[in-house]
Amino acid sequence: MSEQKLQSQTVQTTGHAWDGDLQEYNNPLPVWWVYTFYATVIFSIIYWVIYPSWPIGKDWIGGLSKITYVNSAGETRTHSWNTRALLLKDLNQAAAEQKPYFDKVSSMSYEQIAKDPEMNGFILSAGKALFADNCAPCHQAGGQGVVAFFPNLTDDDWLYGGSFDKIHETLMGGRRGYMPAFSDVLAGEQIDQLANYVAKLSGIGHDATKAAAGDVLFHSETAACYYCHSSDARGRKDIGAPNLTDNIWLWANVPATDAAEGKVAAIRSVIANGLNKGVMPAWAGRLSPEQIKVLTVYVHELGGGQ
Amino acid sequence: MNFNFKHEWIETNIGLMAVLTMLAISVGGLVEIAPLFFIDKTIEKVEGVRPYTPLEQRGRDIYQREGCYTCHSQMIRPFRDEKLRYGHYSLAAESQYDHPFQWGSKRTGPDLARVGGKYSNEWHVQHLVAPRSMVPESVMPNYPWLLATKLDISDTAARMKALRKVGVPYSLSQAEYDANVAKFGETVARQLHIPDAQKNLVEQANFGNYDGDRSGVSEMDALVAYLQVLGTMVDFSKYSDDAFVDVR
Repeated sequence: MSEQKLQSQTVQTTGHAWDGDLQEYNNPLPVWWVYTFYATVIFSIIYWVIYPSWPIGKDWIGGLSKITYVNSAGETRTHSWNTRALLLKDLNQAAAEQKPYFDKVSSMSYEQIAKDPEMNGFILSAGKALFADNCAPCHQAGGQGVVAFFPNLTDDDWLYGGSFDKIHETLMGGRRGYMPAFSDVLAGEQIDQLANYVAKLSGIGHDATKAAAGDVLFHSETAACYYCHSSDARGRKDIGAPNLTDNIWLWANVPATDAAEGKVAAIRSVIANGLNKGVMPAWAGRLSPEQIKVLTVYVHELGGGQ
Repeated sequence: MNFNFKHEWIETNIGLMAVLTMLAISVGGLVEIAPLFFIDKTIEKVEGVRPYTPLEQRGRDIYQREGCYTCHSQMIRPFRDEKLRYGHYSLAAESQYDHPFQWGSKRTGPDLARVGGKYSNEWHVQHLVAPRSMVPESVMPNYPWLLATKLDISDTAARMKALRKVGVPYSLSQAEYDANVAKFGETVARQLHIPDAQKNLVEQANFGNYDGDRSGVSEMDALVAYLQVLGTMVDFSKYSDDAFVDVR
């Protein structure tokens, strides 16, 4: 601070002196500050008038600003400004923009949608976003699934069927996988024989003698594997029993190891412990019918649709 | 000394300044918070919202213990992008039995207000034990001990009694139980009866088999039971899309 300036100023001081000569200026507030303060006061009054503000009794002042929207019943309604009404207005606009596409989705058959190049583009972009939000946590971003947890949607192997209708059914109602545990019913040796037979079905390393015994067990009333997996071991899509002959693995983590013995062990573990998983949630209540239809076509087009 | 007001009085009297500062600050709270207790529409009138069952409530305790709220909010705001990703916006009514509520203000992970029913129990278990095995890009920590730790259920009733003191209608007497039957129906009322808390907790855990292992009740059972009920209590298909506009 320059001494010159101090001497030239004639500003009032607080009147108190510390240590004999230490004084404090009593400057007025800067003008810009004072006017900014007044401006905020005026702003708040305008804000009260436009937006919901003061509580009165058990209600409040709604404000002059209004929002007009169309509700799901088709009624046009006007309400004082609030974010919930604003959301509906926003959704109205988005729905109007997407309407031509969703109308087509509703009216066209799956096959027509899949063949129409313009609709295909829509399905790809809308389906991708829906899939990423809702399906990818389990089936992964590309639909490749996770071995031992969630099925691959990009291959030709379908637990419950890969037609448009079956995919739609799966999405709407969800699924629940089940296989009984055989450790209580069969001896360890028998389970080992069955595991070798299942390995043989997919053409991977196995013990031929054990596999032959497993073949007999598979079709016997003792193990009765054929009830669900059918006599040719190709599975039954109506109950989600997988095809055992295609070397595509979901529950038994066969790809995890290169050793033949490890692969058989993985199969053995599933037969012994059974499965009470493979739960897919139902989406009927969470997504709209059009969204589910978009997802149906998207999943079908991931590569494995039948 | 004359009686003209002088700002100096405040500036030179620290006690007076503290009192007046507190008064000025409390105006904000009084104006914004206090009226909510008198306005009829603060909590939407909606069917289905009930207090958590003992198992869900213990799951909620674990949710808080592990600090899930530091990365996950439970508050879907009325914006289009949030509706598309998470579902219907959250209602005040839906957290009326939450003490404290878990709205949160920071999302490192996704909002969980409506995560209930979105994924299978099996996914939750695997995802909590090893998040990156399910979501490769996830930055969520692993919580393997949830599966390995047996849930301490000895103080379940005491915890419910504490919540009862702050207004959650868990019942102690027959009269309170009857009131709950009238309000929530018998199935729910039974779950809210404090004398049966431990029995109810174990029953729900065994029946729901949330962690995939029926041999005991793990902390995973409780947490997954809690996650699976989040946002599922209100059936929004019963209400028109502007049913909750008028109350705001």
